Amino acid sequence: MLLIDCPYCGPRAELEFSYGGEAHIVRPKDPEALSDAEWGDYLFMRKNTKGVFLERWCHSHGCRRWFNVARDTVTYEILAVYEMGSEPPALPERNLV
Amino acid sequence: MVQRFRLPEGGLIDRSRPLEFRFDGQLLEGFAGDSLASALLANGIHLVGRSFKYHRPRGIFTAGPEEPNALLQLGEDPRTDPNSRATQTELVEGLSARTQNCWPSVRFDVGEVNSLVSRLFPAGFYYKTFMWPASLWMQYEAVIRRAAGLGKSPTRRDPARYDKTFAHCDVLVVGAGPAGLAAALAAGRSGARVLLVEQDHSLGGSLLGDPEDRIDGLPALAWVAEAEAELAAMAEVRILRRTVAYAYNDHNYVLLHERVTDHLSGEPEHLPRHRLWKLRAKQVVLAAGAIERPLVFADNDRPGIMLASACRTYVNRYAVKPGERAVVFTNNDSGYGAAIDMRAAGMQIAAVVDLRENPEGPLTDAAEAEGIRVLAGHAVTGTQGRLRLSGIRVAPLNAEGDRVFGAGEPIECDLLAVSGGWSPTVHLFSQSGGKLAWSEEQGCYRPGEAAQATLCAGAVNGAFGLAGTLREGHQAGEQAASAAGFPPKQSKKLHFEAGDESFLPARWLWLVPSDKPLGRGGKAFHELQNDVTAADLHLALDEGYSSIEHVKRYTTTGMGTDQGKLGNLNAIGIVAERLRRPLPEVGVTTFRPPYVPVSFGAFAGRDVDELLDPIRKTAMHGWHEKNGAVFEDVGQWRRPWYYPRGGETMHEAVNREVEACRASIGILDASTLGKIDIQGPDSAEFLNRVYTNAWSKLGIGRCRYGLMLGEDGMVSDDGVTARLGEQHYLMTTTSGNAAAVLAHLEEWLQTEWPELRVYMTSVTEQYATASISGPNARALMAELTDDIDLSPEAFPHMSLTHGTVAGLPARVFRISFTGEAGYEINVSARSGLALWQALVTAGEKYAITPFGTEAMHVLRAEKGYIIVGQETDGSVTPIDLGMDWIVSKRKDFVGKRSLSRPDMLLPDRKQLVGLLTEEPDTVLPEGAQLVEQLKPEPPMTMLGHVTSSYYSPNLGRSIAMALVKGGRDKQGQRLWAPLADGRKIACSICEPVFVDPKGERLHA
Repeated sequence: MLLIDCPYCGPRAELEFSYGGEAHIVRPKDPEALSDAEWGDYLFMRKNTKGVFLERWCHSHGCRRWFNVARDTVTYEILAVYEMGSEPPALPERNLV
Repeated sequence: MVQRFRLPEGGLIDRSRPLEFRFDGQLLEGFAGDSLASALLANGIHLVGRSFKYHRPRGIFTAGPEEPNALLQLGEDPRTDPNSRATQTELVEGLSARTQNCWPSVRFDVGEVNSLVSRLFPAGFYYKTFMWPASLWMQYEAVIRRAAGLGKSPTRRDPARYDKTFAHCDVLVVGAGPAGLAAALAAGRSGARVLLVEQDHSLGGSLLGDPEDRIDGLPALAWVAEAEAELAAMAEVRILRRTVAYAYNDHNYVLLHERVTDHLSGEPEHLPRHRLWKLRAKQVVLAAGAIERPLVFADNDRPGIMLASACRTYVNRYAVKPGERAVVFTNNDSGYGAAIDMRAAGMQIAAVVDLRENPEGPLTDAAEAEGIRVLAGHAVTGTQGRLRLSGIRVAPLNAEGDRVFGAGEPIECDLLAVSGGWSPTVHLFSQSGGKLAWSEEQGCYRPGEAAQATLCAGAVNGAFGLAGTLREGHQAGEQAASAAGFPPKQSKKLHFEAGDESFLPARWLWLVPSDKPLGRGGKAFHELQNDVTAADLHLALDEGYSSIEHVKRYTTTGMGTDQGKLGNLNAIGIVAERLRRPLPEVGVTTFRPPYVPVSFGAFAGRDVDELLDPIRKTAMHGWHEKNGAVFEDVGQWRRPWYYPRGGETMHEAVNREVEACRASIGILDASTLGKIDIQGPDSAEFLNRVYTNAWSKLGIGRCRYGLMLGEDGMVSDDGVTARLGEQHYLMTTTSGNAAAVLAHLEEWLQTEWPELRVYMTSVTEQYATASISGPNARALMAELTDDIDLSPEAFPHMSLTHGTVAGLPARVFRISFTGEAGYEINVSARSGLALWQALVTAGEKYAITPFGTEAMHVLRAEKGYIIVGQETDGSVTPIDLGMDWIVSKRKDFVGKRSLSRPDMLLPDRKQLVGLLTEEPDTVLPEGAQLVEQLKPEPPMTMLGHVTSSYYSPNLGRSIAMALVKGGRDKQGQRLWAPLADGRKIACSICEPVFVDPKGERLHA
C-alpha cells in the first residue's frame, strides 16, 4: 500500500485515496469542432508508461481534494506531488517516457 | 509419562512446570519452554505424519518455521487450527494435537499403498491423469482432496476474537537474533522509535540453540538478557514476541501477525487471540537469519532424519536427545557442531559423512580432535527403516561428485543429521522488490540492490560469523536511525568480541549420487511437503519445461504451506545441473507473502457480522420495523420493501399498496435519496455543464428533472434539482449513488473547471423525507399546514416552498415518482419520526397506506419512469431511452460530443420500449432475453432483455420495460422470451407508459 503525501493533509495510506488516471488531459474547449477520431483520442486513449507517470489522485476519505502525482510505475516511488492546475516539477529526464 | 529422551540437565526449559498434552489421544508430558516438537521428541516420538502423495512416514525435520512434515491439527472443533507447525507451537497445558493426512493411524496408513504404485504419480500427474472428460473434474477433485488432504478447517464458527491495528515507527527490526538485537540497540540508543519483532517467544535467535558462544566476555544468553533489559527500558522501543513479519509491501508497509494468547491456557477476556499489525516503517532492518538446507539423496525423508542445526537446537535449547546413535551428513563445517554438541549430550556419533574431500574448519578440527570418525569425500547412498530410521549406507565419491564407488558400508543409526549449507531468509527482502544476488562461494542467494528503505544485517546478508553479524547489525541500526532523522548519540562503546567462524568452505552437490540410478533405488526428495523428487524435476525438464517457474508449477515444488523454504534452492541447483547451465541463469522463483501461513481470523479481525459493512437507517426506521416492514438493501441503506399485513404474500401486499396510492394516498420514506447542497455564483453554469438540459432559466422555488452522463455519453444518474435561491440549489440523486455523484461533480469542478465558484456538500443525512402521493395527498397536507398555499396555481407540480407541516419547519417539494399528485416533505432528520407519525395519524381517515420500494417501482413503471441502474447499465444513452426531449441542442455538457459518435447513431442500438405479454397474468422475469425468431433450441438471435417487469393491479395485467435493438421502430411487433424452464412467453412491443400518459393525475 502506497504512502501518498496529500498536499493538503500530509502523508496518508493509499486506502484513503482514489485513483484518477493520467494527469494533464485537458477537456477540449469546443468538443463539437473535433472529429470523431480526435474526440475518441481525448476520451479513450491513455498512456501506459513504464517509468515516471503523471497521474491524478483524490483524497476521497480525507479532504476530498484532487491533486497530481509523479510516480514511477516500476518502483512505485512517488517523485513529486503537486497541485491541480500547476505544471509538473522538473523530474529526471531519462525516466520520462 | 516418562520423558525418556530428556537430558538430565540443561536447556531453556522450566523443569518445575511439567505440562500435560495429548498427541493422537495419547497423554504425554513436557515442560514449560518446550515446543510441541521438542516435547514429542522428549517422549521419543519422531513419526508425526504421512507425506502428501505417497503417504510415506515422516518425522520432525526442523526446529523452526521451515518445517515441512510436523504439520498437526491443534485443538478441537471449533477451536482448531490445521497444518500447525509443531516446531513453532509453544507447549501449553492441555494442548491436543493430532496427525493429519493418514487413516486409520499414522503408524498404519492405508494410503501408503500409493508408495507402491508411485509410478502413477509422476510430475504433473494432475494434468496427465485428469484431463478427460472435463465434466468429471469435480468428482476427481473431491477424491484427490480427500486422499491428499492437509488438515481440516473448523466446521463451526470460531469463537475467538481477532484484532487489527495500525502502527508507525522509525525503524522496524525484523528478527531478534544477534544481528537484530544489535540493530535495535543501536537504533534505540539514538532515540528513534523502534519496533523489534521476533517470531519466537524468546529473543536470541540462533544463540538460543548455540549457548556456548560468548559475546564481549559474557555467555551469549547473558548478553541477550542484558540487551533485552536495555531495550525494555527505552521508552520508544517496543518488542513484539510471537510475531512474524509476513509481508513486505510498497513504501515500507509491513504486515505483522502476532499470536497474542495461543501460548496461554485459557483465553483472557481482554485480549484478542491474534493481532494483525499494519505497520508503516521509515526504515526497515531485516535481520531474519538463515535457514539450513537439507541434502538431496536417496530416501532422505525417513523419520529420524533432521537438519543438523535442528539437532543442535533440540539438544541445547530443549535438552532433548533426538536419538541415541547419530550419523551427521554434511557438506560444510557447521554440521560438525551438531556432532560435537550431541556427543557432549551423551549421544553416540557413529560417523560424520562429509562430501568434502579435504574437510577443514574450526568445528571440523574440533570434532576430529575429539576422535569422531570422519568419512571425508563420502556420501550417504541410501537409508533404511520404515517408521524410524534404522541405518544408512555410505560410499566414497568420485572427484567430480557424480558417482559413488560400490554399494557402500552400512552404518546403524537412529538419527541422521544433515547439513547442506545455509540459505539466507531473503523472503521479505525479495517481497520488497529488492534484487537477489547469487554468491558462488556461499552457494546461496543474498540480498542485492534494495528497492526500498531496507537494510540487511547478519546471516540474511550472508554474514555467518557471530562477530561480523553483530557488527553488521549495529551498523545497520545506526544507519537506519540516522536515515530516519536520529543520528547516533554518544553511546557506550561496542566491541562485539566473539567468534567469527563461518560454515565455509563447502562442497556444493545439489544431488548426491547413489549406487543406483536416480528414481530406481529409493526416492531423493528435494521437496518434502509436496512429495517432489529430483526424478520429478528431471522428468519435467525431459518433457520440455525449462523455465524454473514452469518446472515449479508442473512438479508443485515449493507450493506447499512452507513455500519451499527448504527445497527451492536445491531444486534450482538440480535443474541447473541437468540443463548444464550456471545456477544464476536458471533464475529464482518468486517469493510471495505470507512468509508463513496467517490465520483467516486475523485477516477478518472484527470486520464480521454487523461490522462487516455499515447499515444506514433512516429516522423512521423504528416505525417501519414496528409495522412489520420487510426490508431490502439499497447500497448501504436498509429500506422498507413492502409492509405485509396479516398473512399477506409479497404479491398481495404490493398490490394493496399500489392500489391505495392511486385510489387514495400512500406514504413512502424517501429519506435515502441523495441530497447535495450546491452554492456559489457559478452554480447555474455548473449545472448546465453536468446535466444534459439547461438550468439558467430555472426560477427560484422551481424544480427540474436532470439527467447526468459520463463523458462517454452514457447515463450515469438522474434526479430532481431545485433552485432554493439566487445562488443556491439542492440536487437529489439516486439512493445508492449519492457519494459517487458527489465525487463525479467534485472531479469536474476541481480538475477541469477550477475557475467556477461553486461549493458542494452532502446533506443526505441532515434531512428526513416523507413522500405522500395520491388523490388525497393535498387534502392531508391541508390538515397539517396553515402557512402553505396548496392551490395548484400557487404550488404547481415541480415547485417547492417552505412552511410548517405538523408543527415542524419543513421544505416541501411538489414532485412525484408515482405519477400521482404528491408532496415530498423534508424536515430535519431528528424530526423525521415525528413528521411521519403525524402524517400517518392524520391520514387514517384516508386509509393512508405506507408503501415500500417494490410498490414504488410498480407505480413508476406504470408511468414509464426509468430507474438508473435498472433501465440503464452504463451502455445506455438518453437517446436510447427516448429522452431526447431532455438533451439540449444549444449548450455543451459532459458527454454531449459522444452522443454523435458513429456508434451512437446506429439504428439498431438497444432502445427502451414497453412490453405487454399476450397472457396478461404472466409476469416476465427481469433479465429475460428477447428474440424475434423462436427456435426449438438456443442459440437464437437475441434482440434485447427485460429491464423491469411487474404485475400492475391498476391495469389488472403485467407490464414490462425492455431494451430492444431498434425497438422504437418495432411498435406492436411480437417478441418471444424463451426461458430456462422451457416456457416461451409471447409479448408485444408498446410505448413504455402504461398509466395516465397525459399526466392529468400528476398535475391535479
